[in-house]
Amino acid sequence: MTNNKKTNADFRYIGKDVPRPEAPDKAAGKAIYIHDFQRPGMLYGKVKFSEHAHARILNIDTSRAEKLPGVKAVLTAYNTPEMRIGFMRDNFALKKDRVRQFRDEVAAVAAVDPDIAAEAIDLIRVEYEPLPGVFTLREAMAQGAPLVHEFDPGGKPREDNKLPLRFFHQSGDLEAGKKASKHIVEGQFSTQLIQQSCMGTAGCIAEFDMNNNLTMWTKTQIPFLAQRDFIGVLPVLGLREKNVRVIVPTLGGGFGTGLDTHAYEYISILLAFQTGRPVKIVYTRDEEFADLSPRQSARVKIVQGCEKNGKLTFRHVEVVQDNGAYTSWGATYPSVMMLPATSLYKVSNVYFNADLYYTNNTYCQAMRGYGNPELNWALENNMDELAEAAGIDPFDFRMINCNEPGEITPMGLKVGTCGLKECMETVAGKLDWKNSRSQGKCRGVGMASLFHVGGGGRIYRSDGSGLILKLDDFGNVYAYYGGVEMGQGLHSVLTLAIAESLGVRPEKVFINQTDTGTCPWDVGTHASRGAFMSCNAAIMAASDLREKIFKYAETLFPEGTAKNLKKFQKKNPGYTPPDFDIKQAAVRDGFDLKDGYVFIKDAPAEPWLRMELGSLLRAIHFREQGTMLATDVFYDPPNELPDWDKGKGNMSATYAYGTQGVEVEVDTETGEVKILRMVAAHDVGKVLNPLALKGQMYGALAQGIGYALYEQVLSEEGRIMNPNFRDYKIPTFFEMDFPIELEFIETDDGFGPFGAKGVGEPGLVPTAPAIANAIYNAVGIRIRDLPITPEKVLEALKKKI
Amino acid sequence: MKKEINFILNGADVSVTTEAHKRLIDVLRGPLGLTGTKEGCGEGECGACTVIVDGRAVNSCLYPAFEIEGKSVTTIEGLQGIGDRLSVIQEAFVENGGIQCGFCTPGMILSAKALLDSNPDPTEEEIRGALVGNLCRCTGYVQIIESVKAAAAALKSE
Repeated sequence: MTNNKKTNADFRYIGKDVPRPEAPDKAAGKAIYIHDFQRPGMLYGKVKFSEHAHARILNIDTSRAEKLPGVKAVLTAYNTPEMRIGFMRDNFALKKDRVRQFRDEVAAVAAVDPDIAAEAIDLIRVEYEPLPGVFTLREAMAQGAPLVHEFDPGGKPREDNKLPLRFFHQSGDLEAGKKASKHIVEGQFSTQLIQQSCMGTAGCIAEFDMNNNLTMWTKTQIPFLAQRDFIGVLPVLGLREKNVRVIVPTLGGGFGTGLDTHAYEYISILLAFQTGRPVKIVYTRDEEFADLSPRQSARVKIVQGCEKNGKLTFRHVEVVQDNGAYTSWGATYPSVMMLPATSLYKVSNVYFNADLYYTNNTYCQAMRGYGNPELNWALENNMDELAEAAGIDPFDFRMINCNEPGEITPMGLKVGTCGLKECMETVAGKLDWKNSRSQGKCRGVGMASLFHVGGGGRIYRSDGSGLILKLDDFGNVYAYYGGVEMGQGLHSVLTLAIAESLGVRPEKVFINQTDTGTCPWDVGTHASRGAFMSCNAAIMAASDLREKIFKYAETLFPEGTAKNLKKFQKKNPGYTPPDFDIKQAAVRDGFDLKDGYVFIKDAPAEPWLRMELGSLLRAIHFREQGTMLATDVFYDPPNELPDWDKGKGNMSATYAYGTQGVEVEVDTETGEVKILRMVAAHDVGKVLNPLALKGQMYGALAQGIGYALYEQVLSEEGRIMNPNFRDYKIPTFFEMDFPIELEFIETDDGFGPFGAKGVGEPGLVPTAPAIANAIYNAVGIRIRDLPITPEKVLEALKKKI
Repeated sequence: MKKEINFILNGADVSVTTEAHKRLIDVLRGPLGLTGTKEGCGEGECGACTVIVDGRAVNSCLYPAFEIEGKSVTTIEGLQGIGDRLSVIQEAFVENGGIQCGFCTPGMILSAKALLDSNPDPTEEEIRGALVGNLCRCTGYVQIIESVKAAAAALKSE
C-alpha cells in the first residue's frame, strides 16, 4: 500500500489550533439562544403535568385558569384535536382519559407573561383515579402485569408490555464456540438513567403566518426530521398542504436531547394556532430534569468464552431495557449496541438480542453514545473478568483479540482503517501498565476500549447531508448547512474544511443559521456524523466551485491581470514583466486558488499576476450575460441501512476506535474512588482542529466520569426524586482535578474528509468500564451496576472480607 | 408591590421599575434587555447567571431585584471595550477553547473576572475554588482552567 498520507505541512488550515468562529459572540453574551429570543406579540406557554404515574383522568377543571386576566388559551385533550406523536405513534401531545407517567401533559396554557402562565397552571384542577403501575422490568415482564398501553396505535388490544421492536443478530456457531472454550465467564451488568444536563434547557417558539404556514424556532438536532414530524400533525388542525419552517437558534448543548420532537413542541403549535400569536415554551431546570426524557437505562447479560491462549471463542449478549411509558427514537439504542456486541475485538460466534418494555416510568431518549456506553460497560468489564479466568493480563488479552484494518466483522461492518492496537499500546505505555498494575496502597489501573460509527450511521433511509456554498461580489463564501452546531464545534471544522478545500481564508467563510427554509436536507446531528458529513460535503462543493471559477478565469483572468499590470507599472516605473504568455497558460487546469487569490500554478510569482477572488467574481457578475456563482451538493456516504431482521449491514463508512486508561485510588474507609489520572488515545482518522477536538474529548470524558461514579436520575414509583443540580450531581471543577493525557492516532481514513473520522461520542463510551477495571485492580471488587457510588464500593468491600 | 430601583449598570446609572418578587436576573434580561446573563437553573446551583455586584461574583437568580438599589453591577455586556472588542479574559476563553455551547460562558467569564480582579496571580486550586459554582457540561473544565491561566498571564503583561 502506498502511503500518500498528508501531513499538516500540506494543509493551510486543517490540523492547526484555530479558535471557533462563533466563540467571540458567545464570549460577549451576544449569541441568541431560544431563551433570549422574542417575537412581537409573543405569549408564554406552560404545561400542566400529571400528578400520577398511572391513572384515569376523571375530570379537568380549567375554569379558574381561564378567568385569570392575561391568560389567552387553556388547552386540554378535551378541547383540542388528538395529536399523535412519536415514531411508533404511541404518544400524544396532550393526554386524554389516562396518564401513563408522572410527566404526562394533561393541560397547557398561553399567557401574556411567564408569571401568569405559571399561576394559571396552578389553578387547573385534575381529578384522577389512580391505577396500578409497573415500575421495574420485573413488574413490566410479569404475567398479567398491568398494561401501560392497552391498545396499539392501530387499535389492536395489546397482550403484554413488550415493545414491537426487533434487535437481533446471530452469526457463526455459538455451540461450537462454547465447546472450543477453555474459559467461559458470564456477567450481569446494568446502567442507570442519567440526565443529559444541557446548560441551556429545552424550548421552542411556534408561530403561524397569515397563510397558516408554521415557523418553529426550536432546540433540535434534527431540523429536517422535525419539519417532517410537524408537517405531519398539521392536518389534525385542518391545515393541509401547509409548510413548516424549522429554524435552530444557538443551542445550549444537545447531547441527544434534540434527536426527537417533544410533546411541548406540539403543545406550543396547538397554543399558537389557538391564539393566533407566537407561543414560547421554555423548560425550567426542574422541568428539564423531571419532564424531559433522560438517557435510557439497560440491563445486559453477557457470556464470553476464550481458548487457552486467550482467543475469543464466542459472545452471547442479551439486553433488556425499561423504555418508560412512550417511545422516542432512543428506543433504537440496541441498533447501536449491536456494533460493539458484534464487532469490538475479533469474535466470530455471536448472539445478540434486545427487548424493550413499557413501564410507567419516564420515557427515555438519546444521549451521546446511544447504546454504546451501556453495552460497552458490560463488555469491557467482562473482558477483564475473562482475562483473569484465563490467567492473562487484561491488556495482553485485548491485544490478542484486537481488531485489524480491513476486517469484516460478524455484523458485516467493513473496517477500513483501525488504530485500536496503537490506541491500546499508547494507553498502556503512558500508564506504565505492567508496573502500575496491582501496585498496592489501594491503587490500581484499568483500561477499556471502544468501537463506534465514524463515517455517518445509516439508521434512516437517507444518511445524507446537503451543502450550498454561495459566493458574493467580495469573495465571501456563505455556507448553508442543515446540521446543527450545538457546542461540539461543527462550525469550526466546517469553516476550516471550506477554507482549505476552496482556497479562501477562514474569515471569509460565513455559516448560515440552520434553517429548513434555506439549508439543504440533513438527517440530523447524531452518530458523531457532523464533521465527517459536513466536511465531505465541503470538499465536494469546493471542487465544483473551483471548476466554475476556473472556467470563467480562462477568459477573465488575462483581462484582469492586464489591468493589474498597468496599475503596478504606474507605481513601479521601469518595471519589465517577465516573459510569460498569460493567455496561453490561462486554461482551467492551469489555475489554482489559495488564500483568496486566483493564480496560474506555473506562472512566475509576480504580485500583479494573480486576481483577488472578489475581483474575479465581480468580473464574472458585472458584464453582459454575467452570472453569480454558487453550488449545491448532497453527500451521501458509502454505507448501508442494516437489515434489522438479520442484524447485518455496513452501517457506517468508517469506524472509530479508542482506548482509555485510568489510575484510581480507593478509600476503603469511605468507599470513595479518587481518579489520579486518565489517558485517552483515540483513532480519529485525522485531527481537523486540535483545539476543538481536545475540547470534545475532555468534555466527553467528564460526562463518562459522572456516568461512572455519581450521576443517576432517581425515580420512585415513576416520580423523579432529584430534579435539580443539588441532588443530581454533574462533574464540577472540583471533581475534574486530575491530569488527563490525550493522544490522537491518525489513521488517515480513505472515506474521511482529509482522513478524519467522527469523534463526537467516543470519549464517553469506555470511561466507566475503564474506571471499574481500575477499581478491581486496586481493591479486588467489581461493581456491576452504575453508578459506582461509595455505598456500593463499601458494601462490596465488606462482602469481600 | 412596584418600586423604582436605581443602580449602576456596566458603569452607567440606570433606573427601572420592578416588583418585589423579581430577581436581579429578571430585571437584567427583561426590561433592561441584557440577555447575555443566562438562567441555567434558577436555584443558584449552576452559576450561568453570575454577574458581579460591587466586585463580588453573585448568582443573579438568587438576588432580589430590590436589593440592588445603589449598587454597581457588571454583566457580560459590560466587559467589551471600545468598538465592541473583547476584553482580555473573553479573548483568552476564545483562544484557549474555553467555550463550546457557550451557555455557561458569560457566568464563567464573570466569575473569572471577579477572581482576577482580586487575585491577579491565582494558583490552579484558587481558580477551581473561585469557579466551582459554575457548571459546564461541554468542556470538562480543562480548557476553561487553561483560559483563566492565559487571561491572568495576559493581564499581567498588559
